[in-house]
Amino acid sequence: MMAGRYTAIGITVAVLAALPLAVTSNEVMMFLILSLMFALLGQAWNILGGYAGQFSFGHAAFFGSGAYATATLQIHLGLNPWVAMVAAMAVGGLVGGLIGALSFRFRLRGSYFALITLAFAEVLRVVAHTSDFTGGGAGILIPLDERAANFQFESRDVFYYVILAMVAGSLVLTRALEDSRLGAWMLAIRENEDSARALGVDTFRVKLTAIILSGAMAASAGVFYTQIFLYLDPGIAYGVGFSVEALLVPIIGGMGTVFGPLVGSFVLHGVDEVTKELTGDAPGLNLALYGALLIVMLRFLPDGLMGLMGRLRRAAGRRQPQQAGRLKEAGDA
Amino acid sequence: MLEVRNISKSFGGLRAVDNASLDVSAGAIVSLIGPNGAGKTTLFTIIAGFQKPDEGRVRFEGRDITGLPAHTICRLGLVRTFQVVQPFGRLTVRENIAVGAHLRHADRADALENAEAVARRVGMGAMLDQPATSLTVAGRKRLELARALATEPSLLLLDEVMAGLNPTEIDEIVPVIRSIRDDGVTILLIEHVMRAVMSLSEHAYVLNNGAIIASGPPRAVAADPQVVEAYLGHGAAKRIAASETAHA
Ligand SMILES: Nc1ncnc2c1ncn2[C@@H]1O[C@H](COP(=O)(O)OP(=O)(O)O)[C@@H](O)[C@H]1O
Ligand SMILES: [Mg+2]
Repeated sequence: MMAGRYTAIGITVAVLAALPLAVTSNEVMMFLILSLMFALLGQAWNILGGYAGQFSFGHAAFFGSGAYATATLQIHLGLNPWVAMVAAMAVGGLVGGLIGALSFRFRLRGSYFALITLAFAEVLRVVAHTSDFTGGGAGILIPLDERAANFQFESRDVFYYVILAMVAGSLVLTRALEDSRLGAWMLAIRENEDSARALGVDTFRVKLTAIILSGAMAASAGVFYTQIFLYLDPGIAYGVGFSVEALLVPIIGGMGTVFGPLVGSFVLHGVDEVTKELTGDAPGLNLALYGALLIVMLRFLPDGLMGLMGRLRRAAGRRQPQQAGRLKEAGDA
Repeated sequence: MLEVRNISKSFGGLRAVDNASLDVSAGAIVSLIGPNGAGKTTLFTIIAGFQKPDEGRVRFEGRDITGLPAHTICRLGLVRTFQVVQPFGRLTVRENIAVGAHLRHADRADALENAEAVARRVGMGAMLDQPATSLTVAGRKRLELARALATEPSLLLLDEVMAGLNPTEIDEIVPVIRSIRDDGVTILLIEHVMRAVMSLSEHAYVLNNGAIIASGPPRAVAADPQVVEAYLGHGAAKRIAASETAHA
């Protein structure tokens, strides 16, 4: 019964894996790679926000910590980037655990929790700005050395397959979560925290687990970003841009669904590219566009595109038997 | 099984629970009655670990559980329902009940299977795939009961599970509650529907202004002049007695 729940993921990943065969343009390849990276970041947000109901406005804290962790571990300790990735994900989980322990212990919910996460991302940005270890405001540069053992690839295609594998992992993990006790407890907390407590759910522990998972996954997206651009500065890595992307992507695609972030990321960046074409990249325009999209989605499609698709499918399912009934009546007459 | 000793709780100047004590022995159905605002729900929240009392102790199966977190108390086998129903709105009936079942069943399929069995036990077998938001008041009250039952408790605290139900619905739920007790679950219930209190419980406590003012078999308690006054106002018992003599 449970194995069938992974077929859709298998098909999706197979289709995505075939895409590079049809794409020759470097620009389109980059579009696909970044869309997948934001799908990964969005999935991280989705686990905490979409499933456990804790809306973060500071996922840059995890993304940036993952990015800086892998960069500094390589530069200062000479660690292999693949090993550094694992360490960076642990750092992301740790930062998540810290923020979670503080805010959940004091029962911060809703906008208070969102503000705390935003504050942490800002504090980390300032710390990265002032610390020599992270290269300060000038940022940190990773020497170019394109070898697979070094998590650097000459070919964009290889980067594409690496991020696709990471996204596939996040899809499988999220699906497994849906079929687990932890996932059921997260949904219960999202829907009604008091009821969850009454039914024996240790809400503090469950929320803490969710934010650690989310932090580690967001950090992995930060690691990938670092490896492909080989440069970080505090304003990028801990910038509010990643925090906004992280929440917008699942909100557009559908919070609390496995495919929501993936769908949302492709749609969001598709729209973004089209407007850039039309308006010639006016500064700040994409932020205004994101804001407008966010309002429209929350107002008209709170369950995102996945929810809309589900409703259309059900509506079609209802119409068909009716039509069949009418045809039968016509035949009888 | 449950010993509540001298519990007091104030909100600002209001003494919501005032030195209340009660006992529930294993296998019993005990009622807690009293006018609105008497402090019944507050006493439940304290017993179940949702609030800490200012004074007093709660013992459950011989163990002091005062001040333990709600989820720990639930794990020990004491579960409460909410007077104002608190369903997991966007989850189905099956998924709602499975949250309770997960307390003792880690495996998802196992918990879902248990949820189905519990749903059938409380007469919700036909509603398993409905979202909780689509349920009627009666359905939601039943869902509260089912979720709590799915945690496999030894003591069940029911807070007005019959409020808002019509007489037919009440007649349906009463035997369900009795059968739960017959399966070995001890029950303490807050109830306004006196007919149900009379037919279900062997023992009743009356709470008024936070204090226990009477206890005993439900029929005797309902006839207690102090209790009648608590419900109908000062002097009511005398007026009723007078009018009864006049009619006789
Ligand atoms: N959290 C709270 N804060 C302030 N007052 C409360 C709180 N909970 C209950 N009360 C007050 O305590 C009294 C008892 O309420 P409650 O226990 O709900 O009574 P009952 O369940 O018997 O109707 C009421 O006057 C109510 O307004
Ligand atoms: Mg009450």
